[in-house]
Amino acid sequence: MSAVLEGRAEGPTLRQRLAARGIDGATLLVLPCVALILGLFIYPFLYGLMLSFEPKDGSLFGNYARFFGDPFLYGTIFKTLRLAFPVTLLNLLIAIPIAFRVRLMRRQRLLTTLLVLPITLGTVLVAEGMLFYFGPQGWFNRALMAAGLLSTPISVLNGYWGVFISLVLTGFPFTFLLTLSYVTGIDPSLENAAATLGAGPAARFREVFLPLLIPGLAITFCLSFVQAYSVLPSAVLVGDPAGATRVISIAAYQAAFEEYDYSMASAIAMIMGAVQLLVVVAVLGCRSLFYRGPAAGAKG
Amino acid sequence: MTVGATTFKQLHLQGVRREFDAFTALKGLDLTIERGEFIALLGPSGCGKTTALNCIAGLLPVSGGRIMLDDRRVDVLRPEERGFGMVFQNYALFPHMTVRKNIGFGLRMRGVPKPELEKRVDAALAAVRLESQAEKLPGQLSGGQQQRVAIARAIVVEPPLVLMDEPLSNLDAKLRLEMRQEIRRIHQSLGSTTIYVTHDQEEALSLADRIVVLRDGAIRQVGTPAELYALPAHLDVADFMGFRNRVNGELVGMEGEDALLNIEGTVIRGRMRAASASKAAVAAIRPDDLEPTGTDSGIPVRVEAVEYRGRGFHGVGVTASGTELHFASPYPLQRGAAVRLGADAGRVLVFGDAR
Ligand SMILES: Nc1ncnc2c1ncn2[C@@H]1O[C@H](COP(=O)(O)OP(=O)(O)OP(=O)(O)O)[C@@H](O)[C@H]1O
Ligand SMILES: [Mg+2]
Repeated sequence: MSAVLEGRAEGPTLRQRLAARGIDGATLLVLPCVALILGLFIYPFLYGLMLSFEPKDGSLFGNYARFFGDPFLYGTIFKTLRLAFPVTLLNLLIAIPIAFRVRLMRRQRLLTTLLVLPITLGTVLVAEGMLFYFGPQGWFNRALMAAGLLSTPISVLNGYWGVFISLVLTGFPFTFLLTLSYVTGIDPSLENAAATLGAGPAARFREVFLPLLIPGLAITFCLSFVQAYSVLPSAVLVGDPAGATRVISIAAYQAAFEEYDYSMASAIAMIMGAVQLLVVVAVLGCRSLFYRGPAAGAKG
Repeated sequence: MTVGATTFKQLHLQGVRREFDAFTALKGLDLTIERGEFIALLGPSGCGKTTALNCIAGLLPVSGGRIMLDDRRVDVLRPEERGFGMVFQNYALFPHMTVRKNIGFGLRMRGVPKPELEKRVDAALAAVRLESQAEKLPGQLSGGQQQRVAIARAIVVEPPLVLMDEPLSNLDAKLRLEMRQEIRRIHQSLGSTTIYVTHDQEEALSLADRIVVLRDGAIRQVGTPAELYALPAHLDVADFMGFRNRVNGELVGMEGEDALLNIEGTVIRGRMRAASASKAAVAAIRPDDLEPTGTDSGIPVRVEAVEYRGRGFHGVGVTASGTELHFASPYPLQRGAAVRLGADAGRVLVFGDAR
């Protein structure tokens, strides 16, 4: 009896109390990660931030004033958004129905491998391929002309649509694979349950799949968006880097390596980061309006 | 809209087969179920019970055979067109909907107006005793509570045919008994037809109008609980019906209806259930029917263990050849004691090798 009371008085050990707050041996494994983030991300970030406040003209906000005062500079934000938003949305909208079909297939691995290829090839190779394919003598124009749909070759490249297509090509596999993993993560018996309760295919998608998918789709959107937003190679190679596809990373690149104004380049990079952050925060903020627990039916 | 929503007189399974690649999970089920019947589907794990329910509900296409409601063919319909209610073995509750929304889902899909929907959901919540949990998400419920939500969700739409896949497996003994009565009550008040999958012979015996015993994807026996309890047709059905003791013996003759079986030198009487080409046979006896004789007839055993069971004692004895026998005894016995065990001839089932 007294032993029990003593045990009570001592209470849980330090280790138990730490574990109750989610700190245990495994927490230490995070340390290398933290060090890496500090060294490779936080430090350069802070360095760049400081640098951006030390412009050539000496004033604190000189770079930012110049950026937002010059339509040729601040216009790049919207040119980039005009590319990144529709591309990401389109990729997502194509990926969802395909993922729903592929989820039921048996040879998923083959397809996944095929789709990973463009990711590993990278933007430059895809852009070069496009130069040939969509060029005046490329298959695209020749096929259309042979079919009598065109009399003279049209130029898809060197403009908005060239970059658009290139971003869709390189971004789709990534978006698709992420979407597929979220779609297959949903317990198929939920769909069965909805069906036996009288829900047709459209209702099942609307009532069961979509609400469970939205958090995952939001993350997919953010990651794909960030990827598309920092586009540089295709904007130069298959776009119109002086006009329609003068994206924000081109502005940063020119400031750094053509004007050798690292301070200005840092400021542009900071602005670019802020815009991305804004979009990501907005999208993830909407996500919290939805259910975010596990997408399986049962725990028992 | 749904075919199943209209009433029917009979549900026919005609040679229903289901294959998974090379594996045949259902080997041609033939069964006719009358409207209003409560059917228990009993069988060991992996015998195809869930597969059979899925085929009836339309969640798995059949590989052969037909499913008919009277003279309408339903195995070609999609599950939402059949309108059968189903309680899933893993519950399959919608994790993003509250208990109330989960239960109301089927009514909402059928376009039931809001006031009536709320009323019926409340009634269903009361039936499964979950009124206080209505606003929780399924992830916040215990396994047994989830199971009851699954039951409520399936029955609230009052489907003409309800399929239940081990709906009570996760409940404690008391709640299980209560829910069993509730299921039976709902079945009767809705006048629906129920197919109820279970491992538990007691549940099957107490609930069902008829029991279907399944084994390796084939029907072994169909009958009323009383028929199956008293006279199982096969040794494995007997096994399921609580005939825990099986003793090998040698047929030495018949006397009227009774078979005479020689078990390790002792001759006992039993009812012949399956014919035998050779002399080898197996006697199946329930522990409750096997008792110490107190005379020098009966199978001699050495007592290995005795447990107190409230109304009496449960003993385990071992015969000379090492066969374990479970028996009941009205009085306590010493471990190591030698007793002789016997049972009424009507309580001993003899299965020949054609079992
Ligand atoms: N998708 C599948 N692919 C291959 N085999 C399957 C599949 N589903 C079920 N089976 C097999 O079919 C047989 C019957 O399975 P089923 O789920 O119907 O068993 P059950 O009687 O419900 O068992 P339990 O009582 O354990 O739930 C099992 O042997 C199982 O391995
Ligand atoms: Mg099962």
